[in-house]
Amino acid sequence: MKITLKRGLAALLLVLGAGAAQAGVLAEDRADIMYHRYQGGGITVQGPSVLVRKKFGESFAATANYYVDNISSASIDVVVSGASRYSERREQKSLSLEYLRGKTTYSASYITSQENDYKADTYSLSVSQDMFGDLTTVSFGYSQGKDHIGSSVDPTFADTIDRRDYRVGLTQVLTRNLLASLNFETITEQGYLQNPYRFIRFVNGPGSYARGQEVAPHTRTSNAGSIRLKYYLPWRAALDGQYRFYTDTWGINAHTAGLEYTQPMWNRFVFTGSYRYYTQTGTNFFMDLYPRPNYQNFMTRDKENSALSTQTVGLGVAYDFPLGFASSFVKRGTANLQYHRLFVDYSDFRDLRNFPPGTAEPGTEPLYTLSANVIQFFVSFWY
Amino acid sequence: MRKLLLPLMAIATLLVTACSSIEPWVKPYEREHLADPIMAIDPDPVSSSYMDHVFEVREGAAGATGGAGGGCGCS
Repeated sequence: MKITLKRGLAALLLVLGAGAAQAGVLAEDRADIMYHRYQGGGITVQGPSVLVRKKFGESFAATANYYVDNISSASIDVVVSGASRYSERREQKSLSLEYLRGKTTYSASYITSQENDYKADTYSLSVSQDMFGDLTTVSFGYSQGKDHIGSSVDPTFADTIDRRDYRVGLTQVLTRNLLASLNFETITEQGYLQNPYRFIRFVNGPGSYARGQEVAPHTRTSNAGSIRLKYYLPWRAALDGQYRFYTDTWGINAHTAGLEYTQPMWNRFVFTGSYRYYTQTGTNFFMDLYPRPNYQNFMTRDKENSALSTQTVGLGVAYDFPLGFASSFVKRGTANLQYHRLFVDYSDFRDLRNFPPGTAEPGTEPLYTLSANVIQFFVSFWY
Repeated sequence: MRKLLLPLMAIATLLVTACSSIEPWVKPYEREHLADPIMAIDPDPVSSSYMDHVFEVREGAAGATGGAGGGCGCS
């Protein structure tokens, strides 16, 4: 009887926490309401995100997400270009449908993102299969997207990007305390892959520089592979380690490593602490300062194309609140607060905000650094 | 072609028999720890997709995070 009860409880826990091992059951119904805020580098981006997930019987589920970025920007790019602070809004909506048949889950999704000068639509299909006694989950995914790009300063400008995305994933139970997850993703992009608002700079005389249009290749292919291990510690805590390698045809090679510790306390609280380190080489045609105009076929001074490193420290707390009268229709509810502090060091992108042309020897200005605060507050319900 | 056929058939047979004879080495009743919500691979999808977006906008790399992918074209 004791063993049966223990097995029964373990089986129940397995079903409740099916997301952990991705067994042949659909994830639970849930709703999340979030407020997010990013502030740093002269930019504030804030807004809501709402996610609702609902099962229909045991075989069908639908997930919808509505997400908004309200942007107020006087970033270094805006300041250096001489423009004034601007505000804009980006809205993103997505709908995903899942169908479970035996150990196989089929899903199809659509994401659309809209702002005043940019529209993106993406369609995705994926299949995941549980096997070997539900110790292994293999997944394949394909996405196809099209972006329509405009310009708020040039109403005649219009261009597009076509994007294809291929994904393979494997989640593996290694021991009764250890999970591993492997992912590989290839993205191909074709079209207008530069930024209509960013400029290069080049030497136009002794001690001075001028600005020019950036020119990027019309194709880009990237490959990224990652491994993640999650380990259950004997005192009921979890340790999560991640590593990703990324390489693309523009010459960016990037490494990402992260560590997260999760500690439940006092029955109703779960605390998390995390650290993430990211480093990349620049694209092979990036230069902060070109020796002359038309120096090479492709030229960019987009800071995301520079060699850079990012460090992120995160702290979070989740509170499992009592449901009171709502317990008849809600199984569980949590209130979550997460704070991340982000530091970006650019190795080859100089801070020109206080150095207009003619005020300093070009190429001797200080390198740009960025720090930002990222806050998320969200409430989650499982029903 | 025949030279290739035999080793290929042997490998295929080995794979099929190997797959069918694998016994789950962590039994369902031994997965109590793995089923704990703190062990979920993506416990808060609304938060993880937001953080992926925060990084993708500011870094050159993207992908292989285990999310739906596809890019929002929003950088």
